[in-house]
Amino acid sequence: MSLESPLGKFLGHGSARHGTEHWWAQRVTSVALLPLTLWFVFALLGMNDFTHASVVGWMGSPVNSILLALLLIAVLYHSQLGLQVVVEDYVHTGWLKVSMLVGLQLAHVAFGVAGLYSIILISISGGMTV
Amino acid sequence: MSQVNRPLSPHLGVYKWQISNTLSILHRLTGVALSIGALALLAWVVGAALGPQAYESVRSVLAGPLGMFILLGFSASFFYHLANGIRHLFWDAGYGFDREFARLSGWFTVVAAAAVTALFWVLVVSGGAG
Ligand code: HEM
Repeated sequence: MSLESPLGKFLGHGSARHGTEHWWAQRVTSVALLPLTLWFVFALLGMNDFTHASVVGWMGSPVNSILLALLLIAVLYHSQLGLQVVVEDYVHTGWLKVSMLVGLQLAHVAFGVAGLYSIILISISGGMTV
Repeated sequence: MSQVNRPLSPHLGVYKWQISNTLSILHRLTGVALSIGALALLAWVVGAALGPQAYESVRSVLAGPLGMFILLGFSASFFYHLANGIRHLFWDAGYGFDREFARLSGWFTVVAAAAVTALFWVLVVSGGAG
């Protein structure tokens, strides 16, 4: 007995054809997260206080803005890849699975845009002035 | 789409408990927890960009009792996922499969994660950050 569906056999492609890329991207984001998260942990420990003024000052410096943006991208990409696998492993009802996968992607992109836009705003003008 | 009757993997009950199976599911649980926790990072950045008032509401939630409890869980999840993630990367590179070594590195991961989490909070508390 074959485990492949007739369509899968016909197309001659394995699981969605993207297994290797997905696996590889998960490793690359893991390697990127090692230094980025450690930098962030030490940065947090180095903060004198967490008032708005100090935090905006810290986030707004060129190096911190760039590293924070990279951290955000790496975390969101890694999280998207990881949660996708979790959904694929546990959710087997077709419509629910597809909705969750689409929802995850949209949410990750939206969070990424919101975060990056905030960082840019802070580094250019110190954030929105109220 | 018609369901194909694929063979299921054996019931979990037939396996003997080993440290590795608990650590494996913990990696997944902490991964999901970290994905949810990343929203706190996002709220912090977006809050800072929105201005002092928005930032203050984010900060007061995170610095409150519930927020601190969540951050404690988040940091423990993070240090565990980080340590075990490094273990994963060594496996991916082809090292660490020896049964005894895998068992030892597993215990080491747990101890290291607990120790680093404790150290982190000692530094936070003694640094007076909050
Ligand atoms: C806050 C940051 C992080 C988030 C939100 C996160 C989230 C996740 C999620 C949701 C998964 C999927 C779990 C699964 O499929 O069982 C995962 C897997 C993984 N994570 Fe992370 N993670 C983070 C940081 C890290 C770091 C710093 C490393 C560094 C070593 C890392 C290494 C890995 C590896 C190697 C896997 C794949 C494990 C496997 O193949 O089963 N993660 N992560």
